[in-house]
Amino acid sequence: MKPAPFEYHAPRDLGGALRALAEAGADGKVLAGGQSLIPLLNMRLAAPAHLIDINRVTELATLEARPDGVLVGALARHSEVERSPAAAAVQPLIAQALRLVAHPVIRNRGTVVGSLVHADPAAELPAVLSVLGGSVRLASVRHGARDLPAAEFFTGPMESALEPGELAVSAFFPALPERSGTAFHEVARRHGDYALAGVCALVTLDDDLMVSLARVACVGVGPVPMVVDVTGAAGRRPPATADWRAAARAVQEGVEPEQDIHATAAYREHLVGVLAERALREAAEGCR
Amino acid sequence: MPVTHEITLVVNGVARRAEVPARRLLSDCLRQDLGLTGTHVGCEHGVCGCCTVLLDGEPVRSCLTFAVTVDGREITTVEGLAGPDGMSAVQRAFAECHGLQCGFCTPGFLCTVTAFLRDNPAPTDEEVLEGISGNLCRCTGYQNIAKAVHRAAELLAEES
Repeated sequence: MKPAPFEYHAPRDLGGALRALAEAGADGKVLAGGQSLIPLLNMRLAAPAHLIDINRVTELATLEARPDGVLVGALARHSEVERSPAAAAVQPLIAQALRLVAHPVIRNRGTVVGSLVHADPAAELPAVLSVLGGSVRLASVRHGARDLPAAEFFTGPMESALEPGELAVSAFFPALPERSGTAFHEVARRHGDYALAGVCALVTLDDDLMVSLARVACVGVGPVPMVVDVTGAAGRRPPATADWRAAARAVQEGVEPEQDIHATAAYREHLVGVLAERALREAAEGCR
Repeated sequence: MPVTHEITLVVNGVARRAEVPARRLLSDCLRQDLGLTGTHVGCEHGVCGCCTVLLDGEPVRSCLTFAVTVDGREITTVEGLAGPDGMSAVQRAFAECHGLQCGFCTPGFLCTVTAFLRDNPAPTDEEVLEGISGNLCRCTGYQNIAKAVHRAAELLAEES
């Protein structure tokens, strides 16, 4: 199991990376952490003619915790973001999800933006970006920079709106609103495996401490992260008396699980209900 | 002739040069180009953890890293864990607690645990399991490995 030969490009700045990507076009692939890409190369499920290694583009190794959200550069590793108290203070859901991403050693190398671009429908970070209404910034020689909201970025299983020649330079995770809480729950066969199903939840209370927003994004039960707004089903009530069971049923109705060798569609639908109720209750209890 | 790249890796404190094609995995570079066969190659897609080495002190999968990407960086392999006075505390603890049988997975465990205990010198049972969750062992059933991690923490505490 060795990768097929490829032409290697090691740009030292963003301009060089974009030029190399523009020249390579559809034959080019970006290497950041490589924790999803290199297995595909080793197994020869992918064999790009050009590999553009952005590991020397240090200007992309940024992590900014701002009042309005967390801006994660393309070279920020999972482990760095997971351990950042500043990022967790602005948006705790990112670290809650990162603890479920593979294993600590993989997270030392893997990147947050890489996980988004990989767009695995069973992965945690695309769901986080989706439930929060975040965005990905894409850059290319041809189009310059453009920001795509999560809802437009994830287009199918392992597919994103990233075009040939484009580089995802950063992702923006909006800050936790006031009086809000988050949670992420999933079921995987082994800790660190891709989940059979998972649910992340965002709950916000209004001035009277009634539920004013309850939203989830589900992984493993659709072609892309499945976002379901359950504010109506939960009811405008205090978190303790909101109808989280009805909310969970609404989530089950909003997903499209499929059967595979790991689980039946019915089991996944069951899991999503259980996990949604658990995540919504925990998010509601954690509102601050 | 395929294009090759001349790289320098500081492996276990020694600068080593190698001429490698871009597709050379770090695991293969260590084993084939530098002759350091202590790093074992199991699954080659990041699942088993046997090939774990330390990159600038942080454990990474050498089978999921290209050698060219880490040109100029510091690598510690299992061969570099022992000090001038013999085996490291982690290595001694694994021997003492029978934390290995066939030994194939051991280099990965030793590198992972060395970094884990540096960052968390007194881990709980749960933290130990999380710490070694990315390494597979097909012989021991993990009980003795988990014991060895706690024992290594004791030995390290005694040493310091």
